[in-house]
Amino acid sequence: MYQFSGKLKTFSLALILIGIIGIAFSFYSASNKTLEDAKHAITASHDDGHGSGHTDDHGSKVVEGNHDASGVHDTNEHTKKEMSAHGTHDDDSHATHVLHQLQNRPWSAVYVALFFFLGISLLVLAFYAAQRVAQSGWSIVLFRVMEAITANLVPTSIIMLVIIGLTLGHYNHMFSWMTPGTFDPASTNYDPIVDGKSWWMNVPGWAIRSVIYLLLWNLYRWFIRKNSIAEDTANDGHKTYKKNYNASVIFLFIFMITESMMSWDWIMGLDPHWFSTLFGWYVLATLLVSALTVIAFVTIYLRSKGALPQVNDSHIHDLAKFMFGFSVFWTYLWFAQFMLIWYANIPEETTYFVARFNEYKLPFLAMVAMNFIFPVLLLLNSDFKSIPWFVVIGGIVILGGHYIDVFIMVMPATVGGQWGFGIAEISALLFFLGIFIYTVFSSFAKASAVPKGNPFLEESEHFHYYNIEHRGEGSADHH
Amino acid sequence: MESSKVIHAFYNDDEVLLDAVKAVKAKHHHIEEVFCPFPVHGLDKAMGLAPTRLAITAFFYGITGLAVAIWMTNYIMIQDWPQDIGGKPSFSWIDNMPAFVPIMFELTVFFAAHLMVITFYMRSRIWPFKEAENPDPRTTDDHFLMEIPVSDNVDALTALLTETGAVEINIVDKH
Repeated sequence: MYQFSGKLKTFSLALILIGIIGIAFSFYSASNKTLEDAKHAITASHDDGHGSGHTDDHGSKVVEGNHDASGVHDTNEHTKKEMSAHGTHDDDSHATHVLHQLQNRPWSAVYVALFFFLGISLLVLAFYAAQRVAQSGWSIVLFRVMEAITANLVPTSIIMLVIIGLTLGHYNHMFSWMTPGTFDPASTNYDPIVDGKSWWMNVPGWAIRSVIYLLLWNLYRWFIRKNSIAEDTANDGHKTYKKNYNASVIFLFIFMITESMMSWDWIMGLDPHWFSTLFGWYVLATLLVSALTVIAFVTIYLRSKGALPQVNDSHIHDLAKFMFGFSVFWTYLWFAQFMLIWYANIPEETTYFVARFNEYKLPFLAMVAMNFIFPVLLLLNSDFKSIPWFVVIGGIVILGGHYIDVFIMVMPATVGGQWGFGIAEISALLFFLGIFIYTVFSSFAKASAVPKGNPFLEESEHFHYYNIEHRGEGSADHH
Repeated sequence: MESSKVIHAFYNDDEVLLDAVKAVKAKHHHIEEVFCPFPVHGLDKAMGLAPTRLAITAFFYGITGLAVAIWMTNYIMIQDWPQDIGGKPSFSWIDNMPAFVPIMFELTVFFAAHLMVITFYMRSRIWPFKEAENPDPRTTDDHFLMEIPVSDNVDALTALLTETGAVEINIVDKH
């Protein structure tokens, strides 16, 4: 049985502590920002030609139109309407807007890291449910690894609830449509486009839905973890197994709906004017490939510690195949979304990519290399997929690339041109990484590493992809 | 051409065949060929065949397809008859690249798939009007056939093959 070593526990607690200090520092320095700092930031951005001049989160940069590839023309009228909420470049209301962006930065840093870790835990849970529903044979010896990773869903959900509460309390300005007066025709903040969506985009609805998503996911996770352990000793003619199967079918159905809605509410709502019909799939793809990478990482780590004697190279090979396959899947969705908007060239759709392409060019393009070109070239070869250190190298780049993807989903709307990767972002990552390590490995230590009661356990133990050599293990067992 | 004798040993189960191949290899006999009605996983390894290089050719065929697609879109859409793509009259290949990605993808797949199949046929010496090399039609139905060249060890080999579970053993002249 695996022991959550004191060393690892200290390490994870240290990460959490460093994270808290860093986050507290970034909040403190953001709260000291004044209108003067904002004006300074505006001047600086005009002077150093960062990006190409100033862009606010609605991508009003389009008017200046020096960006041919985006090819946006005749948008002046549209953009002016959007700009009216913020006034012109020189007055105080614009500086206030930039000040909000500066103050949003620590919030956004925490939000990006939180969403990344929450999403990964959620998608591991969904992948696990899919394995149960498919009654797959290969993955049974990885079940306890996946269950352990889903333990991270609990703390991330709690923190998400706190963030949701604070957002509702107007402690941050990440969701511009929550600004008071957005739905009031008499107000200067009135936004007719958002008002037209008010049947969905309203504060009580957003809050209630958010709580429901988190509750449903955690409910299934609590149920399946409890009954998966019960399965080990149940010996009841697979009655518990069938119950778990049924629960997983129901969860997958709920998950597919809530995942899409969650991505609209928590991510797409950051850019309230913009919409994409495949956004839910796109968020799913980015989180799913990260989730499979994390499963591979935790599996490789635990196997190296001798905690997973049943896991062989073929299991690693299969996880790497999923990493490869879903990297391509992500690229397909990301590109499908981009190309249709690029081709159709409708101003209210292109604003999303104009903002990203102008001010986030490096991460935006680096992400495609990291999430597509690198994993495809590295993991294309069948043999490489079963070599742990290859999988780890590929996985680090994939995780980095998909963190950037989430970053680019959130940041342009919340901090616009005032983005960076500094203390706020790094300490938020360390904080959630610490929580991840603590919850996952302490959860893994609490149950038997082998789901003994699963009817497909035998098949999983003998799983052998015929075309690969199993290194450093008795290949006689695997025929 | 001098004719030589070969043994044709028939099996009716892939697992038995696989064990038989291992037993024959263990006695250091050369196996000329094994004919199967369907692919048997692990047979290539048991026979000591080198791993296939088809995957490597597929990669390069894919690269070729990608290159052809890039050249083709550039020639057709940019050079020969410049097109205004999606209301963006940039007349530059790189600025219109997103529109060409589906073509690049399709031609990569097309080249890799078709050329790989053709390569496979050529390497397997199969082409139109080629006479079948298959020594016995039952190997296209439910029998496996192991072909072993013999010199002066016929009796020892026959005994060994019988032991491994062959259902029929014939000694034939091969031309």
